[in-house]
Amino acid sequence: MSPSRPVPLSSALSGFLSDTALIFGRYARQTLRSRLQMLFGLLMPLLYLLFFGPLLTGLRLGPSGTSSWQSLVPGLLLQLGLFGAAFCGFGILIEKQYGVVERMRVTPVSRPALLLGRVLRDTAVLVLQSGLLVAAAVAMGLRAPLPGILIGFVFVAVLTVALASLSYALALKVSTPQEFAPVVNAVTLPSMLLSGLLLPMALGPVWLDALSHVMPLRYLVDAVRAAFAGDYTAPAMLHGVLAALALAAVSVVLCGRAFRKTAA
Amino acid sequence: MWSLCFSGAMAVITTTGLARTFTSARGPVEAVRGIDLTVRRGEILGFLGPNGAGKTTTLRMLTTLLTPTGGSATVAGCDLVTDPAGVRRGSGYVAQSGGVDPSVSVREELITQGRLYRLTKAAAADRAAELAHDLGLTDLLEHRTAALSGGQRRRLDLALGLTHRPEVLFLDEPTTGLDPGSRAALWELVRRIRAEHGTTVFLTTHYLDEADALADRLVIVDQGVVVAEGTPDALKRAHAGSADASLQDAFLAITGRGTAPQDEAPLAV
Ligand SMILES: Nc1ncnc2c1ncn2[C@@H]1O[C@H](COP(=O)(O)OP(=O)(O)O)[C@@H](O)[C@H]1O
Ligand SMILES: [Mg+2]
Repeated sequence: MSPSRPVPLSSALSGFLSDTALIFGRYARQTLRSRLQMLFGLLMPLLYLLFFGPLLTGLRLGPSGTSSWQSLVPGLLLQLGLFGAAFCGFGILIEKQYGVVERMRVTPVSRPALLLGRVLRDTAVLVLQSGLLVAAAVAMGLRAPLPGILIGFVFVAVLTVALASLSYALALKVSTPQEFAPVVNAVTLPSMLLSGLLLPMALGPVWLDALSHVMPLRYLVDAVRAAFAGDYTAPAMLHGVLAALALAAVSVVLCGRAFRKTAA
Repeated sequence: MWSLCFSGAMAVITTTGLARTFTSARGPVEAVRGIDLTVRRGEILGFLGPNGAGKTTTLRMLTTLLTPTGGSATVAGCDLVTDPAGVRRGSGYVAQSGGVDPSVSVREELITQGRLYRLTKAAAADRAAELAHDLGLTDLLEHRTAALSGGQRRRLDLALGLTHRPEVLFLDEPTTGLDPGSRAALWELVRRIRAEHGTTVFLTTHYLDEADALADRLVIVDQGVVVAEGTPDALKRAHAGSADASLQDAFLAITGRGTAPQDEAPLAV
């Protein structure tokens, strides 16, 4: 771990940046080769949009003057980010079995770049999918201010960075998909239900609402709902930003540690 | 970055008491229990032992993938623990599973490898063409690696390991799973690489015929320790009576195993 010889900072930095771009490019091409998979990730939120969204149109879920779509679509965006990012580690598990991970780790490539390049690819994919989802939602009847929608994409991006990092950290620790999938399932489904991704938690009984406050995702979804309502100065927005940053910081630190440990 | 490690005129790899203990749910597993060895420049060293002897674990330590829990080693003159970057620059590694993505083309894998070794785009493309030419992959450059035969795959794995012209090449069970023709071709290729570039080759195998045919010198490991070393002929003479005896006889004499019926073929011939 101790770098025995001083490396000029500028060359270390440019090496890190070009390695990150290299890894990003490799996995972006991999995604482009399997475009079908990209649509597959969109399937679940699209189904909710098509078959669940219309049930809500008569209900008042958010502040007055907002439509039910302005409550539902933020939840579906974060649901997309949650499930999309949490399963990212699957890719590295398979690559571990092919020996690709070790092949790269015996080269001088920057260790953080191996991770960051992948996470950036995942973020780009999920933001792109978010765009498609919002376009479909607009076709269904969503009306929301453009800045609010863009803020929603930023939240999806930060959530992806956090959860994809955690997912990679887990995938580096376990050796088979059979160990990986149950853990991810055990985290994602309760997160979705307890954060009020489908319906605002404020609708529920007090105990459920209270319980949901321990879920970081709850603050993110409330913030995106405020953004979609055009209420950019709501307290929910501040709480959402803080929760998102805290989640990302903790995840990246944990993941960095896992990567250093396995990367000797 | 510009560390220079000097390997001696003779020794390219030295290990002293190199050891690795894994912690598992069922307690500690002493995979490698103190290995001392020296590999000379330009030598093809056969690291021979039955499955589970600790060959892969030793290789993963020598390639910086795994931190030793005991002992020390230098590879290409660089210390494993204090200068892993130097070790990575001076050595190439071909794992038993290879290391290519089946959905990626041969050309893309070769170029990516060059870029991982920090070559510029143009230099990586040139190096890819050169390696493809040397290893007979030129006609396969646009194929996905999934479409390659076992022997072709192995040649690609070798090309990836040779990208940065390493002093030392580590090969883990290079011919396991290949048909006899491809095995012989791969042996020939390894000899040619050594002859043309003076590359030191450290290869593990559990095939006695491979060790016999390819290695200048053998280090025999069993249960994480070195149990014998020498040229194939010397080992046969010393442990099986004559240089015409089989290495199998020598191995059995050394390890004292294989006589009990439950010891089914520790090594393949
Ligand atoms: N990551 C690990 N965790 C626990 N035990 C391991 C691990 N890797 C290898 N071993 C054990 O170490 C021993 C040596 O394994 P290995 O080096 O793969 O042997 P070989 O390559 O000679 O077949 C075996 O008993 C194996 O089960
Ligand atoms: Mg092995």
